[in-house]
Amino acid sequence: METLAIISGGIIGAAILMYVVLDGFDLGVGILFPFAPGEKARDTMINSVAPIWDGNETWLILGGGGLLVFFPAAYSIALPAFYIPVMAMLFALIFRGVTFEFRHQAHTSTHLWNRSFFWGSLIAAFMQGVLLGALVQGVEVKNLRYTGGMFDWLTPFSILTGIGVVMGYGLLGATWVIYKTEGEIQEWAHRAAIVMGSGMLVAMAAVSVMTPLLRPAIADRWFGGVNLLYLSPIPLLTFALAVTLFWSILSRRELLPFLSAIGLFILGLAGIAISLYPNIIPPSVTVWDAVAPRSSVIFAMVGVAVVLPMVLIYTVYAYSVFHGKASAEGGYAHHEHE
Amino acid sequence: MPPLDAEILARLQFAFTVSFHILFPTLTIGLAGFLVFFEARYLRSNNEVWLVLYRFWVKIFALTFGMGVVSGLVLSYQFGTNWSEWSRITGPVLGPLIGFEVLTAFFLEAGFLGIMLFGWKKVGPRLHFLATCLVAIGTVISAFWILSANSWMQTPAGASFVDGQYVVDDWLAVIFNPSFPWRLMHMTTASYLTSSLVVSGISAFYLLAGSNRDVARQAFSIAMWAVLVLAPLQIFLGDQHGLNTLEHQPMKVAAMEGNWETRSHAPFHIFAMPDQKLQKNHLEISIPWASSLILKHSPSGVVPGLKEVPVEDQPPVGVVFWSFRVMVGLGFLFLALGLWGAYARWRGTLYDTRWLKRLAVVLTPAGFIATLSGWFVTEVGRQPYTVYRAMRTEDSFSPSVTGASVATTLIIFLIVYGGLFGAYLYYLLKLIRKGPDPLKTRETEETPEAIRGARPGLVVPAE
Repeated sequence: METLAIISGGIIGAAILMYVVLDGFDLGVGILFPFAPGEKARDTMINSVAPIWDGNETWLILGGGGLLVFFPAAYSIALPAFYIPVMAMLFALIFRGVTFEFRHQAHTSTHLWNRSFFWGSLIAAFMQGVLLGALVQGVEVKNLRYTGGMFDWLTPFSILTGIGVVMGYGLLGATWVIYKTEGEIQEWAHRAAIVMGSGMLVAMAAVSVMTPLLRPAIADRWFGGVNLLYLSPIPLLTFALAVTLFWSILSRRELLPFLSAIGLFILGLAGIAISLYPNIIPPSVTVWDAVAPRSSVIFAMVGVAVVLPMVLIYTVYAYSVFHGKASAEGGYAHHEHE
Repeated sequence: MPPLDAEILARLQFAFTVSFHILFPTLTIGLAGFLVFFEARYLRSNNEVWLVLYRFWVKIFALTFGMGVVSGLVLSYQFGTNWSEWSRITGPVLGPLIGFEVLTAFFLEAGFLGIMLFGWKKVGPRLHFLATCLVAIGTVISAFWILSANSWMQTPAGASFVDGQYVVDDWLAVIFNPSFPWRLMHMTTASYLTSSLVVSGISAFYLLAGSNRDVARQAFSIAMWAVLVLAPLQIFLGDQHGLNTLEHQPMKVAAMEGNWETRSHAPFHIFAMPDQKLQKNHLEISIPWASSLILKHSPSGVVPGLKEVPVEDQPPVGVVFWSFRVMVGLGFLFLALGLWGAYARWRGTLYDTRWLKRLAVVLTPAGFIATLSGWFVTEVGRQPYTVYRAMRTEDSFSPSVTGASVATTLIIFLIVYGGLFGAYLYYLLKLIRKGPDPLKTRETEETPEAIRGARPGLVVPAE
């Protein structure tokens, strides 16, 4: 059962990682939306994500659904504990999601849906960062039930992680736009990537300093005994990727900035996973406390093993259909009233 | 604030968000089938009318699908925010069913919807048709899993209660629990019937207005065939589903019938004002023996009455009783529409019978009302339990969540969903007013440039 619990945790972690990277860049496109150079650039940007955003957001349902599947107890603790940020995130995602269709139909009210897209993306990203921080800082649990208040999640630390995720998604969005566009928009995206990348790295550094101060267990995980030696590749690789990111942006590479940004996210999440393991709800609930009964875990794992590879194959296919540079015409931005 | 208030608010909130959500999948499940049909006919005949129809209805499909996605995402988290005890206890059973829905349906739909909407020029007609088919199959797979989960809460099977949570003994028994097959068929047919009414209503509107004649005739004809077949089928399936409910959830049927005493020769009440406090009906207008005849196929058949269980174990009778009558009444109205359409077709006046077209226009939204009523019957009829006769609704709620939080989010949901629904209707009516885009001749001679936009060559992001 212990192995099953760890594999289950790995599946949830992988789903969260997929979500953060994939929806991260399309939320980032929304965060940068009002700063884009003109309405035509906005059309191009939204076209570059319109055919794929729905699939990206599905990973969020898999994350939530997966938690209910593999760790029903953790699901039933986390969601009441994070009631307000979860609800705020959902409302934000609603506004952002309907923009894709409504903006396309809109004629005179395009600016209204631009705003809805920006605020929806920004608040969703911020709340996801808050959720991350609120989880890392710990949740008050007795007898596998949440016993804290409605506002326990709100701390300077969670606000910091919120800002960090907004910056990080902004970076993913900017580097995606670099990859998918050319000319004026691409130039603008280079500058946006520098700003967002700097902000994200500052936030990452601050979070890395603060996290071990939250609980002695986390400090011990990183600095106890020879752990620091084993774990040293994480900060070193982060540093190397940060250098690659800025170098690749400044030397006008098209795909490398996006890949470096993804790499930074993978390392950031890996760092958090190392800090929390074996807790799924820190500081007291471990993966084996919260794991679902064996019959449920095995059944779900068979499904994951059979279906997920197919999902990945056709997701790659769907992306490949829309490869190449995006343009302002076509897609959702195509106004048929002209 | 006492915890009871929070629980009632959470029930209202869930009832509102889930009712809002179900409107959109109800249309997309059926409409996806129509789109497959239109595209298949186009590929076979190369008749541009089918392509025009596809291009028009896929816009309505995309608009509706988007609403379904955003309102559905809310639900997958609301289970946990408002119903954490339910999630903890039933999670091992229902979690995997919902997980399979995400894996086998949501990804399939999301992956191929992009190709369906924007990919015509990129992938060629055959692959595009495959994408349409996969999206349509995805909608049905989605219905399969979520209705299996819902049915398990109505008729739990295949799991036992161990150490404070359900543990599954037999997954096949869980998935194919006793009420699932009928519920799946009843709901899928409801979707197709609702979509047929939407297609026939909007086409009838064009026929009455004298615009878009060729495409409107074609769509009206098909939709009227569909209503003729689906309306009686749905009445049959509903009857079978009801008999299944009688076997497994007798108190729900007693509430549907407004029947208080267990008795033979029970009448069917056409009208009544059920009074749960006094445990009787006021102002009954009844057909003698009819309830026994419908449920037991014999006047001497004994049908169950609500008084078999204490008041606190009875579902709220009024809502169930009246929702059932709305659903059944509309079902027979749909049957009448189908028969009238068939008669008009036989007379050769399908496109010229003014009142038939007017009735079709009026019934455009009626499928949604019937579907919602049906859901009220089955969900309110399950009360006071979330898992029938095993877990009470009051024990399912999140204990730490305050009434103030639930009330605040409920108010925000009312405002946000109200506004969204207004925007959806506004853009839907805009699409309908504008009507299908006629194809230019030169466009049909080549490969069609795009399903979605009107201008060839500018529709898909260029390489």
